[in-house]
Amino acid sequence: MPTVYIPPALRDLTGGVETVEGKGQTVRAVLVDLEPRYPGLTAKLCIDDALRPGLMVAVSGTMSRQGLRTPVPANAEVHFLPALGGG
Amino acid sequence: MATGEKRKYKVIGTRPLRHDGVDKLTGRAQYGADIRLTGMLHGVVLRSPHAHAKIKSIDTSAAAALPGVRAICTSADFPDQVGRIVELGEGAVNMRHLSANVMAHDKALYKGHAVAAVAADSIHIAEEAAKLIKIDYEPLPPVMEVLGAMRDDAPLLNDDVRMTEMGTVKPETKPSNVAAKFLFTKGDVTAGFAKADIIIEREFRTATVHQGYIEPHNATVLWNADGKVTVWMSTQGTFTARQQTAELVGIAVSDVKVVPMEIGGGFGGKISVYLPPVAAILSRKSGKPVQIQMERAAVFEATGPTPGSFMRVKVGATRDGKIVAGEAWIAFEAGAFPGSPIAPGCMCVFSCYDIPDARVEGYDVCVNKPRSNAYRAPGSTQVAFAMETVVDEICEKLGVDAAEFRIKNGAKEGTRRVDGPVYHRIGMIETVEAIRDSEHYQSKLTGPNRGRGIATGFWFNAGLKSAVVATVNLDGTVSLIEGSTDIGGSRTGIAMQLAETLGIAAEAVKPQVADTDSIGYTDVTGGSRVTFATGIAAVEAAKEIQKQMVERAALLWEVDSASVKYEDGKVIGPAEKSFSFAELAAKIHEVGGAVIGHGTSSSAEQGGAFGTHCVDVEVDPDTGKVQILRYTIAQDAGTAIHPSYVEGQMQGGVVQGIGWALNEEYFYDDKGVMRNATFLDYRIPTCYDVPMIETIIVEVPDPAHPYGVRGVGEVPICPPPAAIANAIHAAVGVRMRDLPMSPPKVCAAVMQKK
Repeated sequence: MPTVYIPPALRDLTGGVETVEGKGQTVRAVLVDLEPRYPGLTAKLCIDDALRPGLMVAVSGTMSRQGLRTPVPANAEVHFLPALGGG
Repeated sequence: MATGEKRKYKVIGTRPLRHDGVDKLTGRAQYGADIRLTGMLHGVVLRSPHAHAKIKSIDTSAAAALPGVRAICTSADFPDQVGRIVELGEGAVNMRHLSANVMAHDKALYKGHAVAAVAADSIHIAEEAAKLIKIDYEPLPPVMEVLGAMRDDAPLLNDDVRMTEMGTVKPETKPSNVAAKFLFTKGDVTAGFAKADIIIEREFRTATVHQGYIEPHNATVLWNADGKVTVWMSTQGTFTARQQTAELVGIAVSDVKVVPMEIGGGFGGKISVYLPPVAAILSRKSGKPVQIQMERAAVFEATGPTPGSFMRVKVGATRDGKIVAGEAWIAFEAGAFPGSPIAPGCMCVFSCYDIPDARVEGYDVCVNKPRSNAYRAPGSTQVAFAMETVVDEICEKLGVDAAEFRIKNGAKEGTRRVDGPVYHRIGMIETVEAIRDSEHYQSKLTGPNRGRGIATGFWFNAGLKSAVVATVNLDGTVSLIEGSTDIGGSRTGIAMQLAETLGIAAEAVKPQVADTDSIGYTDVTGGSRVTFATGIAAVEAAKEIQKQMVERAALLWEVDSASVKYEDGKVIGPAEKSFSFAELAAKIHEVGGAVIGHGTSSSAEQGGAFGTHCVDVEVDPDTGKVQILRYTIAQDAGTAIHPSYVEGQMQGGVVQGIGWALNEEYFYDDKGVMRNATFLDYRIPTCYDVPMIETIIVEVPDPAHPYGVRGVGEVPICPPPAAIANAIHAAVGVRMRDLPMSPPKVCAAVMQKK
């Protein structure tokens, strides 16, 4: 089952827990699975059915530009990170 | 040097002449300032003399009455953006802030902030008219330094800025100069430090530094009678420039065409727009094309430098030289509006090491300086200066070799960063080994006041979106159209990847950077992404051409295409039939129309890039002047497509890093006015300041790219300040923790030690 790393700023929603497991084959599905257990998590990460501006998701170490549609393989790690650019 | 067995290539790894070389050497290359259009007006931007002031009123009547003046604009001419957040390719931007940066609304937030603009028949009339615009300012106290701006009683820049964390604002949060907080943790940092035998905690400051591109910003805009807008400009990204311009003037994206001119440097500073929306409004009001060119002072005062910073870094290690914990507190000066690269700074500070327990806290803070912008590995150079200096001090205290310490603690495949993700295949340790084994590092440095230092740096590198179109010509050449503006020779690097895939010569590919109406969406030339991502698109286009050429050969030979294959630049059929690429290209019209390949890249993301640097310096203890005696850089390029360009990026990044280290800074007076806004007084390194930078290209192929490319443009700027600080310590025994390490500071430190 995919492991979701909860950003430190949102760990008050998970009782201080750093990682939680959620079922699903996309980031969206994983968040849907987590929401009943951790109410408010989706609202903190998403707005208008998309990741909040300035956020990106990384799945198993690879940043994705597909947002909530990003495929999540079984046993993957999911991280929510600030979006990055470059010079 | 390559790691493992290197793949054999015909084109990749060679050094063909750059396709744009003749035009640039002969001065025929067309830059933004070369544009001349019939009836073109000249624009001038009037800028605030105050670092912080309310704009009570603007009276343009006297300027408008001056003969030859055709249009005047202020912020009242721009649509209200409210607080919309828009994705602009490299990140989300608050459009109200972007609009207020292009033309001040009710407040001027830095000296040089645009407050009005004039278009006239000549530049001289426009300048005279600008002087006639009367602005009633109410000066306010400026705040110029990050820690001062974080105080509760600091002058407030923006009343709509509240501290966000993970994109949300706590309801009780009041307006503040602190725009954002970032927090990253890994493991238990308290328990980690408890295991340490040695703990070093130090504070660092870095100055505001400009990219220092030679070509100033420019824009020529025609708002045509049909409502279509054409922009000729120097930009790192035509599509983001198109979107920013369209959003800021309130028209559809498809109504704007951006034509990229050659670009005289960008380094991250030519992603945000400053002039195109202003010239567009002036063109709409006058009915004529309008050209605006920035003067150097405006480039310094009003375009985005890299932020100044304050950092506190703490690292613990065991007696046997193993890092056990790290902690960092970092605050970056965003400038007038939120958006410094504090997040990547936080993510980079411990990125070169495998640290089991770590914590990083960072703040994005508004000050009365120009809105900061990307500058080559944004945020990473600042934090590398702090971390690598602390690492050097630990090595000194433990009495261990600086290279061996880094190899022992270096990040590698499987290392988890403080921000969470685990590295794929990376080459950090390989770059340190390359330096350790280099003739430079192994040589003995002798002489008084001389010292050697090393440092390592990291940058993520981006993927993003790219598009190319390639068309086969009858003479066997291929015309390649791409959307990536070419800053550092990427045209040739992309052409070489197309050529390699097709099995033809690099010179047989004719690359061209196209406008936004002529190529598919392409993200900015930034994030060290073009050779990687646009290269992937070129490989895809070449594969499509291969497939079509096979089908054409089958038609010519009247055989089933399944019996034909493309191999090593030839199309081979049954019964030993074969065509060279050029032979078949000459015949393609006998059996069809043009052969065109398309390629896009959107989902591939790069692994990170690392570099390790070694520098020898000599310090004059009487003057504090630091002379660079010798400099070697080892960097993981994945696969070097054109080694000369890779070396050029490495050398250029080092030279800019030397500028950060020794000279470059914005000098402000107590009123917040920059006192060195010229290249005479803002001292970038010249050829007299640096020796030939020796390069070692390390090749640990990135599995995300078909040829293993890693971006090379940004990471070389990260280690120089720390490497030089470490070398200064080795030379004269003083630890410099404040950039730039200019002669007065070094001299004072040496005197204090005595």
